[in-house]
Amino acid sequence: MTSSHSKLYSDDVSLVVVVVDTNPFFWAEAALPFANFFEHLVHFVNSILLLNHLNRVVVIAAGVSSCAYIFDSSDATAPGGAGVAATFDKTKHKVKEFIDQDALATKGNSSVDSNNAASLLSGALSLALCYIQRIFRSGTRHPQPRILCLQGSRDGPEQYVAVMNSIFSAQRSMVPIDSCIVGTQDSAFLQQASYITGGVYLKPQELNGLFEYLAAVFATDLHSRTFLRLPKTLGVDFRASCFCHKKTIDMGYVCSVCLSIFCKNQKKCSTCGSEFSRVMPDLNSMPDQSK
Amino acid sequence: METGATEAAVRSMAVGAIYKTSTKDVGTPGVLRMVRSVLPSPSPPPPHAFPPRMRASWADEDKFSFTPIDPRSSVKLNVGFRSIKNQLLAKVDTSKLAPAPPLWKLCKDKGGGYLFVLGNVANREKCREFVARILEKHQGTVPPLPKVIPEDPAASTGSEQLSVERRKKLLLEDSDLRKLHMRFIPGNVLQESEFWERRKHLLDDDANNVSKQRPGLKNVMHDVRPLADGWTNTVTFTTEIIHQIFAEKPAVYRAYFDVVPKKISEKEFWKKYFRAENLVRSKNIAAAAAEAAEDEELAVFLKSDHILAKEAKLKIKQVDPTLDLDADAGDDYIHLLDHGILHDGSKVSIDTDGELTWRTLSQGLNRHAAVVLEGGSSESYCSVADDSIHERLAKVARMTEIEDLQAPQNLQYAPLCIKDPREYFDSRQAHALRSLGSSSDVNKGQDYSLSTDDVFCRLMYQVSSIELHKLNCHADHSNVALKVINELDQMISRARRCNLRNPHGNLLGRLPLRTQDELMDHWTAIQELLHHFWSEYSITSPVLSNKVYIAKTGPKDQGCNDTDISKSADIDDGLLVAWIRCIIGAICDLQDIKESAQPDLRHEISQLVKPMTQALDAAFSYDLEQQQESHSPGTNPTGFEPRRKSSGLACR
Repeated sequence: MTSSHSKLYSDDVSLVVVVVDTNPFFWAEAALPFANFFEHLVHFVNSILLLNHLNRVVVIAAGVSSCAYIFDSSDATAPGGAGVAATFDKTKHKVKEFIDQDALATKGNSSVDSNNAASLLSGALSLALCYIQRIFRSGTRHPQPRILCLQGSRDGPEQYVAVMNSIFSAQRSMVPIDSCIVGTQDSAFLQQASYITGGVYLKPQELNGLFEYLAAVFATDLHSRTFLRLPKTLGVDFRASCFCHKKTIDMGYVCSVCLSIFCKNQKKCSTCGSEFSRVMPDLNSMPDQSK
Repeated sequence: METGATEAAVRSMAVGAIYKTSTKDVGTPGVLRMVRSVLPSPSPPPPHAFPPRMRASWADEDKFSFTPIDPRSSVKLNVGFRSIKNQLLAKVDTSKLAPAPPLWKLCKDKGGGYLFVLGNVANREKCREFVARILEKHQGTVPPLPKVIPEDPAASTGSEQLSVERRKKLLLEDSDLRKLHMRFIPGNVLQESEFWERRKHLLDDDANNVSKQRPGLKNVMHDVRPLADGWTNTVTFTTEIIHQIFAEKPAVYRAYFDVVPKKISEKEFWKKYFRAENLVRSKNIAAAAAEAAEDEELAVFLKSDHILAKEAKLKIKQVDPTLDLDADAGDDYIHLLDHGILHDGSKVSIDTDGELTWRTLSQGLNRHAAVVLEGGSSESYCSVADDSIHERLAKVARMTEIEDLQAPQNLQYAPLCIKDPREYFDSRQAHALRSLGSSSDVNKGQDYSLSTDDVFCRLMYQVSSIELHKLNCHADHSNVALKVINELDQMISRARRCNLRNPHGNLLGRLPLRTQDELMDHWTAIQELLHHFWSEYSITSPVLSNKVYIAKTGPKDQGCNDTDISKSADIDDGLLVAWIRCIIGAICDLQDIKESAQPDLRHEISQLVKPMTQALDAAFSYDLEQQQESHSPGTNPTGFEPRRKSSGLACR
């Protein structure tokens, strides 16, 4: 059994963690209705599961003030008509529950307003990476994980540090982050995420054919990507957010100790406390403390 | 300006001067040239990159000539130094507001002389030195010139000779340096001292190469012989020797810590050590065995070094088992009988007594080499004493591991890396800029004016409207699918076209090798030229800038020389004229390269030549605002003066 089990875990077995943007501010005015988007997503998830019976899909919803798991293919009921309906209903119920919770959390969060409402991408990426780490520690044989972010709302500059930490963590764990932008503007965070982790970044023009994009580009497993030519972005927006005001900047000041980024010249780093205006002491004049 | 050249070269000097028939004479401005020959028949001039009009004139005797700037003037001189007896200099008091002009007189041996007014005291001093040498040569007081290129004719010390020989060696070894040297030194552009000033590190490296090797451990007992009584030897050794003994013989070090001062004193310890060394040197096996049997400490020195043996065995274990170690077996303790030679050159004799085995010469050499390579310090032997401590710490570390709290060992981690930004910072940046610009369109598609409750209600409504049986398979919409496929195809093709261009290639790489070398030689020469030009001259006034501009843009026919340039631009300073001449020559050469390039390479070559031309033009540029900023105090808090504008260049 062990040998056949090991043979079943071939190179194209995938674990796809899909991060879905459920920011109501975005979906309220989006060109593609959320219902249609959800349909494309369901078809895509089914396609992934059909490619290999060992494939797994996890869907994480990223709201304005919270994020949560809403679907895990390993928890699905037995295949079949009734099982599918039950799974669908269960997932839909979870989505509704999540939206209610997110609405409550957003009302209680005074820092969120309609003008700067960004999805909690950093939290969703952290959840995804935690799930993947659990899979890593489950045994020697596991599917190859990757993360797919379906985002429409704008980037939240206040999440810059957390998002970058998540990206570096994904890079270190060799987990690619794919990005599919369903909104009107590019996401600098996801461009950087895909670039750094070796994922695919795509901003489809024809949103009515979202399923085609997902199936043609993002359904390919990691092993197949080595010999398939996938669309590549021609440029990456490497702008960062300053640590002081959370503004997006492309030129700023960097602390030489902790690499924190500031938009204005400061006397002291607020992250590590290094003082910038102090003159370096003359090392020759310092007493030899070893004697 | 003195010219340094090859052995058979003629030395010449050209300087702007005013010739006066008397002190009250107004004077005739012109160019004074002086020529000094070394051998009767000079060899032909060295090849030069600049056009023939730039080459120095050659002569076969010591003479000077004066050519007035005004061609209508009849004051022209061409005099041999044989008729000159001595030279006189007028004092110049620089503390005065209007100091006297630097007068210089060449006195004839039959009375009278030639009076010149030079531009500055420095020029006059150079001329004085030049003429002094000629006069001394004529009078027979100067020693024969060395065959190498002397930097200072009066210097003949050993260090100067060494420096000159090093320069010769460098020129022989480095062809690029030799080319650069041949361009500027014979061409009357740079002096030897100026040329080698920038290359001091090359000359210093040669001097420091000698003493880098660390000598090995001396056999202290080698030269020691017993005194008259046949029993007493006196050995003098230093702490350095002790450290070296400890570094190369860890068993001795271990024995020192074990017995000193618990069992014996330090003096006694070293007595025994050198006694053992003496026995080894005398090759008296019987006596050595007898003494080893009686004295435990002495036996340690006579036995093989077990610590080195252990290290060698560990090293052997790490070696690839497929390697044939027979050849190395004799180099350390796993050695064959009758293999190797001792320190005095004799072969190792087969000794059935395994206790007294003496190290061969190769073993000693290998051990010394290992000590040098491993950090080479006398503190390296400290690791021997810390072995037990390290073992204990390793045991402790192993014991404190709790298995179920440890991370899985087989997780692979990729190192954090920051990719080369050149991979995408190419023309692809246009896309990034476009995407940055699209951020201004944010508010068009997304109106966040609705209240929080409204938007959540809308979303909830949409989710509720999703029904399983209503899920449409949008893949049936063939038109949409076709559009998507076409768009993806275009994206992939565009990315592929961009990727075909090698991001690491450059313009220079596409040119033929000969053209690459030519361009690199030109750029090296221009860098050398500009380095010295910036340090000697700077265009500090609009008048000078104008003059230089006239000189640069004036007619450059075959007969153009320093005189023409000086005359056309009204520049008295001969040195500046020479520099301008060189820079003009460089510009003309670059122009020739562009014009002679093949049609398919002309664009690439012009792109490479353009920054070189800009760099040369920048030498003549005058920026009034920058001059004002650099002279005004407190403008730059860092204390550094703003650099002159210069353009970059694509390099290999």
